[in-house]
Parts: sequence; C-alpha cells; structure tokens
Amino acid sequence: MTTVLKAPTLRPSRANAPASNRKNWGYTALAIFFLAIMLFPVYWMINASLQPNGTTLETSWLPLKPDFTGYATAITEQARNLGTSLIISLGSVALSLAIAAPAAYALAYFKVRGAGIVLFAILISQMIPGIVVANALYTAYNDLGLLNSIPGLILADSAHGIPFAILIIRAFMNGMPASVIEAARVDGAGHVRAFWSIVIPLSRNSLITAGLFTFLFAWSDFLFALTLTTTEAVRPVTLGIFQYIGAYVNDWSSVMATAVLASIPAIVLLVAAQKYIAAGTTGGAVK
Amino acid sequence: MSLTTDLSQTAAPSSGKASRKHGRPAGPPTEAQAPRRRTRQRRERIFQWLFLVPAVVYMALFFGYPVVKNVVMSFQDYTTATFFTGEAPWVGLANYVTVLSSSLFSTSLLNTALFTIGSILGQFVIGLALAIFFQRKFPLNGILRSLLLLPWLLPLIVSSAVWRWILDKDSGALNRFLGDLGVINTGVPWLTSTSLALIAVVGVNIWIGIPFNLTILYGGLQEIPDELYEAGSLDGATGWKAFRHITWPMLRPVVSVVLVLGVVYTLKVLDIILGLTNGGPANSTQTIATQSYDLSFHEFKFGEGAALGNVLVIISLVFAVLYLRASRRAVDE
Repeated sequence: MTTVLKAPTLRPSRANAPASNRKNWGYTALAIFFLAIMLFPVYWMINASLQPNGTTLETSWLPLKPDFTGYATAITEQARNLGTSLIISLGSVALSLAIAAPAAYALAYFKVRGAGIVLFAILISQMIPGIVVANALYTAYNDLGLLNSIPGLILADSAHGIPFAILIIRAFMNGMPASVIEAARVDGAGHVRAFWSIVIPLSRNSLITAGLFTFLFAWSDFLFALTLTTTEAVRPVTLGIFQYIGAYVNDWSSVMATAVLASIPAIVLLVAAQKYIAAGTTGGAVK
Repeated sequence: MSLTTDLSQTAAPSSGKASRKHGRPAGPPTEAQAPRRRTRQRRERIFQWLFLVPAVVYMALFFGYPVVKNVVMSFQDYTTATFFTGEAPWVGLANYVTVLSSSLFSTSLLNTALFTIGSILGQFVIGLALAIFFQRKFPLNGILRSLLLLPWLLPLIVSSAVWRWILDKDSGALNRFLGDLGVINTGVPWLTSTSLALIAVVGVNIWIGIPFNLTILYGGLQEIPDELYEAGSLDGATGWKAFRHITWPMLRPVVSVVLVLGVVYTLKVLDIILGLTNGGPANSTQTIATQSYDLSFHEFKFGEGAALGNVLVIISLVFAVLYLRASRRAVDE
C-alpha cells in the first residue's frame, strides 16, 4: 500500500537527481547511525557470546579472537529446550492456522450472523493480561493433567497467535473476489472443497504472514512457560534463559550464546521473509 | 478463467449473503418450493457457522473461561491446599480488601503508572521522530527501516538477558562506555539501585517499543496526500508549521490508536520486568502485573493473585473503551 503511494512522489525529485543524491546519501548515513544505536544490544549479544568463558570482567568491544566455548555450553545445556520450543512453536502454528483460517473465511466471506460479536471478542481478548489467563489456566491444567506437557503449552501459546491470525487473514480475505468462490460453488464444489482448493491457495500470503508471526509469538512465549510448567520435563528455551539470569551469572558468554540461538528465528524471518513481516506489522495494528 | 469473468459480471455486485438469497437462476419460487428452500437456507447457515465454531470454542476456553474463573477465584480462599482438598471457601471481598489495602499495592500502582507513561512517552516521541525522518527519500531507506524492527521481534526474555548484561554495574557495556567518556567514575547500579531500576526498566521497554511505534506512525504518515503539503507550502506552511497544521491533524486517528494500544500492551508487561529485575530491588519495579504473578505463583495465594489480576483487567478495560472510541473515529475520518 505504501509503495503505491510513494511512486508518484518519486518522479519530480528525479529531475534534480545529481544534486539531491549526494545529500540523500547523507540521510542514509544518519539512518545507519540510528540503526547502529538501536541494534547495538543485538551486536553486543553476539559479541559477548563469542568471548572466552569465565573472563567476563572485561568484554572486549570486538570479538577479535572468537571463542565458541559459550556455544558449546549453550548447546549441551539448552539443545533439549530449543527442541522443545521448536516443537511447541510448530504445533502452535498448525493449531492456530487450522482454527484461524476457517474462522477468517466465515467472517470475511459468509458474513455470518454474530460476526460482529466475534470480532469484538477478539479485540477485547487483546486487553486481557496474560497473567489473568495463566492464573486461571494453571488451576484448570492442574485438574486436567496438562501441566508440564507439550500439548498444554501448544494450546496456551496459541492464545498469542489465534486472535492475531484471524484478524490478518480476514483482512486479506475481505479483498478476495467473491465471484471466484461462487464460480466453484456453481461448479458443484461443497463448502469444504471450495475453501480448501480455492480459498486457501488464494490466501497463501496472508497464511504465511499469520504463520510466521504465530511461530514468533509461541517461540517468544515466556509467561505460559513460566506458569504452566513446574518441572524440568518440558522447558522452552525462554525459560532456560530465565533460569540462567535468575541466579548470579558468572558465565555470560554461554547465556549470550543461548540468547543468540533463541534469536535465530526472529533474525532469519526478518531477513528472509521481510515482505511478510512488514505486512503483519501494519495489518495487526490497524485492526 | 473465462467462466470466472463471466460470473463476476452477473454475481459480483450481489456478493455474500445477498447472492444466495436472491441470485438463484432458477426463476421465481413456487409456493411448494418455499419451505424446502428455507430448510436448505438454514442448513447452509449452520454449515457456515461450522467454519467459525473452532475459533469460538477456543476463544471461549482460553479467554472467556479464564476471565470468569478469575472473577470466581477472586472471591475464594484459593491456595495450594485447594489443589489437594478441592475446597476453596467463599470469602467475599476479603481478597480485594487484603490486596488493595496492602502497602505494596500503592507502590505497584504508582510503578505501573510510571512504567506505562514513561514507556509510552519515550516510544511514541522517538518512534514519531524516526517515522518523520524516514519519510525522506534516501538510498536503502526500506532496508534500514525494516532492520529497525529487530528489537521488537526478539523474544522479550532474550532482550532482558542482553540488557542485564549491558546494564551490569561492574562490567556492563553502558558503564564502561560512560567511564571511557569520563562521565562517571564508579559503576552506576542501573538495575540494583532502588532509585534507578525503574528508570532502567522503562528505558529498555522504550527500546523494545520504538519499532512498533515507528512502523505504525510511518504507515500513517504515508497515507497523508502530498497535495496537502504542496497546497500548504503555497500558503507558507513549511517545516514546523506544516507539521502542526497538516501532519498532526491528519495523523491524529493513527496516533490515538497507537497510544491506546501501547497503553494496553504496556500494562500487561511481565517478561521484561521479571527478566531484568524480578520486581526488585525492594519492590522498586513491582507493577500490578508482576505482583499478581508473585501472589499466585510464589506465595500460592491464587485468590489474591486473581483479585489483583482483575484490578488490572478493569484498568485495561477503561483503555479498551478509549481504544474502541479511537478506532471508530479512525474509521469515520
């Protein structure tokens, strides 16, 4: 949407391109300066993760002699937790999309009675503090035997993703031509088939956006990991990091190495799936 | 393809429900067909609802139930013993009285207010400044702007861990930097001093929130038509004048949405505070959310934790009303 608006304004400035271009590179330099300040903590995390173990008193400003013992410790101690996080996040993506995509379709296309109420409930759900949900879920999970279980965490973590996914996918489906679906229906396709073979492929981009964010939400979840687990049996990596920093830390390089490993999904998605991330950031907030 | 375009000419204007009601090519219904059609319509509607049912069930179980359960628990003496005996005696308003009259409540309430106001103010002002800066056309604008999203996408607990190391009193990067500049002689106890911890936590939360504010406000700025600025510049409105008389009024709806969403999200923040200070030192960064967590999951007074959680819900609801009014205004304008 923004690129469409930008296009016409580019034209007049191109007329005096040679003069303004040099000035514009000055802005680029300034922008890089801002970016450097904002991303310094990320740099510092990577830098600290490459420092030798133990000698944490003076972290050097540059990792001139990168040392991977931090990563060795991190992988021995946290590999299992990283795996747990991965399973939970993938599970949450599958569950969220399976629930959100049909719902978004019903809200956008059928305009069923009560759709307004459902949308209102989704908006209101964003105001409910996680601690309130955790407080009640703990007691329910305790009765149901869902504490310290991967299904339990997948279900709970999807609370971050499902409302968001419904809004994003619905916003996209609103713009989908109804005629395409009707054509399929006239051809004799049932609702399920029309949905599965027409609607789903057409909404691919919004499904990817919703899926990526749902993954990040579940991967980043800390509150449910903290409250709905009581043993070491099921331990997402966020909780692993919290345990590291909960006590006095004397080995920052392995804490930072774990932090780097836990940041990989965010970094990879930002670089590789930038288009979808941009779509999600604006789409989610406007609602 | 040709079928699609043909159909779109006849069926497109009457999309959705309308076309199913009136768009049948079968001609006018006879008296006998009417009841059968009505049952078919009803079946159709039930089928449509089935698409929505899983989401409704999920929302009811994971948002509706917790809210109701929390209200019930807040009137009960719900402790660890409850898990064994299954008994949670009804205590009326006792939990609320205990929680609201404790000296810690006023501290948490004040901290929540300071944390929220400080975070929102910082995020918004810096986010808006950066959004305006990125309105300029310069090489690599898009890439640099999207890289700025990174702090917002990182798991909050990762950010907390990194900032703990940066803000470390003895060997943190910030103190070393300030020391090298000659600004300070001894390490500043950013996270371990009762007077500084809240400021440090707010600072970290500002860092996390800038990308969100930047992105939304940038989107809002892009929506303002250039003609307005062109017309304004003819009347002598440039620079600050253009901002005050064109940008700000046009951006108002987006601003209110960003601010209220920011408040609602900031009120709930738990990860950052638990990761950075755990509410300490001496409760100087304890907010209503962290205190509610503490009551339930450290002291196992689930009833009191629920009562405090409900206080937080009520505060959020006040802003929810503001949010809905703001977003309705955004739609109207």
